[in-house]
Amino acid sequence: MKRIGLCVAALALSAFLAMPAVAGETFDAVKAKGFVQVGVNQGLFGFGMADDKGTWRGLDVDTGRAVAAAVFGDASKVKFTPLTAVQRFTALQSGEIDVLCRNATRTLSRETSLGLNFCQTNYYDGQGFLITKKLGVNSAKELDGATVCVLPGTTTELNAADYFRSNGMKWKPVVIESTPELNKAFFAGRCDSLTSDISQLAGIRAVAPNPDDYMILPEVISKEPLSPAVRHGDDQWMDIVDFSVLAMINAEELGITSENVDEMLKSKDPKIQRFLGVTEGNGKALGLDEKWAYNIVKQVGNYGEVFERNVGADTPLGLERGLNALWTDGGLMYAPPFK
Amino acid sequence: MPKNDAAALMTGTIPFWNDPDKRAIIYQILTLAAVGAAAYYLISNTLANLARQNIATGFGFLQKESAFEIGESLIRYSAADTYARALWVGVLNTLKVSFIGIVVTVILGTVIGIARLSTNWLVSKLAGIYIEVMQDIPILLQLFFWYAIFYENLPSPRQAMAPFPGVFLSNRGFMFPVPESHPAHPYMLLAFAAACVAVWAMQRWARKRQARTGRIFPVIRASFCLLLGLPILVWTLFGAPTQMDAPELSGFNFNGGLSLSPEFGALLLGLVLYTAAFVAEIVRAGIQSVSYGQVEAAEALGLRPAMVLHLVILPQALRVIIPPLTSQMLNLTKNSSLAVAIGYPDFVSVANTTINQTGQAIEGVLLIMACYLCFSLLTSLFMNWYNKKMALVER
Repeated sequence: MKRIGLCVAALALSAFLAMPAVAGETFDAVKAKGFVQVGVNQGLFGFGMADDKGTWRGLDVDTGRAVAAAVFGDASKVKFTPLTAVQRFTALQSGEIDVLCRNATRTLSRETSLGLNFCQTNYYDGQGFLITKKLGVNSAKELDGATVCVLPGTTTELNAADYFRSNGMKWKPVVIESTPELNKAFFAGRCDSLTSDISQLAGIRAVAPNPDDYMILPEVISKEPLSPAVRHGDDQWMDIVDFSVLAMINAEELGITSENVDEMLKSKDPKIQRFLGVTEGNGKALGLDEKWAYNIVKQVGNYGEVFERNVGADTPLGLERGLNALWTDGGLMYAPPFK
Repeated sequence: MPKNDAAALMTGTIPFWNDPDKRAIIYQILTLAAVGAAAYYLISNTLANLARQNIATGFGFLQKESAFEIGESLIRYSAADTYARALWVGVLNTLKVSFIGIVVTVILGTVIGIARLSTNWLVSKLAGIYIEVMQDIPILLQLFFWYAIFYENLPSPRQAMAPFPGVFLSNRGFMFPVPESHPAHPYMLLAFAAACVAVWAMQRWARKRQARTGRIFPVIRASFCLLLGLPILVWTLFGAPTQMDAPELSGFNFNGGLSLSPEFGALLLGLVLYTAAFVAEIVRAGIQSVSYGQVEAAEALGLRPAMVLHLVILPQALRVIIPPLTSQMLNLTKNSSLAVAIGYPDFVSVANTTINQTGQAIEGVLLIMACYLCFSLLTSLFMNWYNKKMALVER
């Protein structure tokens, strides 16, 4: 039960009394225990979900693996903690996990009053509406008076309330805690529409009894920069997580893939030499092995590979790169110089 | 007994560690100190850790704008209201389902409990099957079941069933007309309250008169007349307003009238059917605790069956029934927090959302615990008072 989990998490928070949060402490603790503890979604296809063999897969899961590859040179030195939307931040605050990669939207209040630091966004999402085609609605502006299914404990509830309020429309939310139950209620027609991040709507539509009966409305009503998060007050650890994500983006920009990374070691391009640790310096600056970025690309892949593998056109989600394309292709994925 | 102890006993100067009364006090003080120290340790460390991790603490967030919407509410509420009001909406929703649930459960449970003892074989067996089945299925499964029945089987609002004119049944809920608000309504409520007082006074008077003279006054019939008659009289005096506020389909949903959502219906049905099985067993046990000889004695005195139940069995059975009944009422109230699973916006559901929007997990969980403690203590207080009133007074 999630409520019990929540209580346990809150108690754990008060029980973790001897957990000092001193700068550099997380990195040392991670190295000492020999693996990275990553908080992930319990079951969101494409982002964090265990497959039928129990292997965790997804964009967020691969982000966690990239951190492990950077720290240990081994992407498998990672353990996953499945968390609900309600538990996730408490789990991070209490030190139960080292990094949270669980499609969490970066917001001002989370960054400040929750005591978190968000790192480089690994997926730019936005909230939308999934509806039955039968309703004959073509725009979210026509949803006045609608009943809308919402998952609790997310920014989704706020965004939907804001959207209806700013457009002077009335609505009724139906808030159900478990995703499968919520989906069932929606498919049975309890709600006119279901609102969530568009990446999730694509996943939900994919598992509908008859996917062609449903469509996602064109309006994107919010900005959802989904980002990994760490605790406040540990700057070195934050840098490592931040640059682990950025390394994947930079690798794509430099044209380095998991296939060609060994050849690229021989490249004469000083940018590539610096990035892969042929020219030393970046690793030492982060407190990591000089091969950290090489290991990420070799074992996990560059951002484009990770995207296509988990949520891309050939997956059941079939998402376009859109905002998540490199800046050179008109997207928002942009890494600072690695020097 | 050694000599000096005996001497101490005579002079009344026992050392305090040998005096059981004083020793008991010392144990209590020590226990209290240990509990206090543990509480201090937990609280001070939690606060220190929260401060170090830059997590804001305190209940200041209650005054901030909630910015989220709630599906159903007994009071006017919008996303522009504060968290405090949002939580209050949740409290009222919990009270609504608990109160209605308790009343219906007690009635249904009593009926089934009596049916279980019926001399009619079929009735007794049916009640037995009901009790066994309902007790053995976890309440959460029952809630999912009823909720699925509601949303899978009911039509969409545009194809809503209309069993009576103005009454609609769809997967958006049960919509029915209510009288349009009119100045007469508060006065009708006042008249009803006055009737209640009058009924209470009349009962006392009738009982005294019967004790004095033996004459019986038709209390039940007179009470009905008072309770119905007074409000109707007021209504007629105001010109008998019959304007109704009826639900009408517009766009996606019905507007106007009153509605009960499928979430509320499923939760109420699940809670009532589940808890009534336990109440039925309690009622059966209570009735069976009165020895059959008393029934025979009462019948021998020429009392009618209804009077046997009313004057002989129930006064004694209630003493056995009330304490476990109280704990079933508390169970129902606490089980209502399973509402999050089927989307009814009860207190826990609203508090969960609040915790997530504000990040104030500890404060939120404290509020949830305090609130359910209050519900439980109030119910217990009332039931203890009632229990004392029903207990046999020895003369």
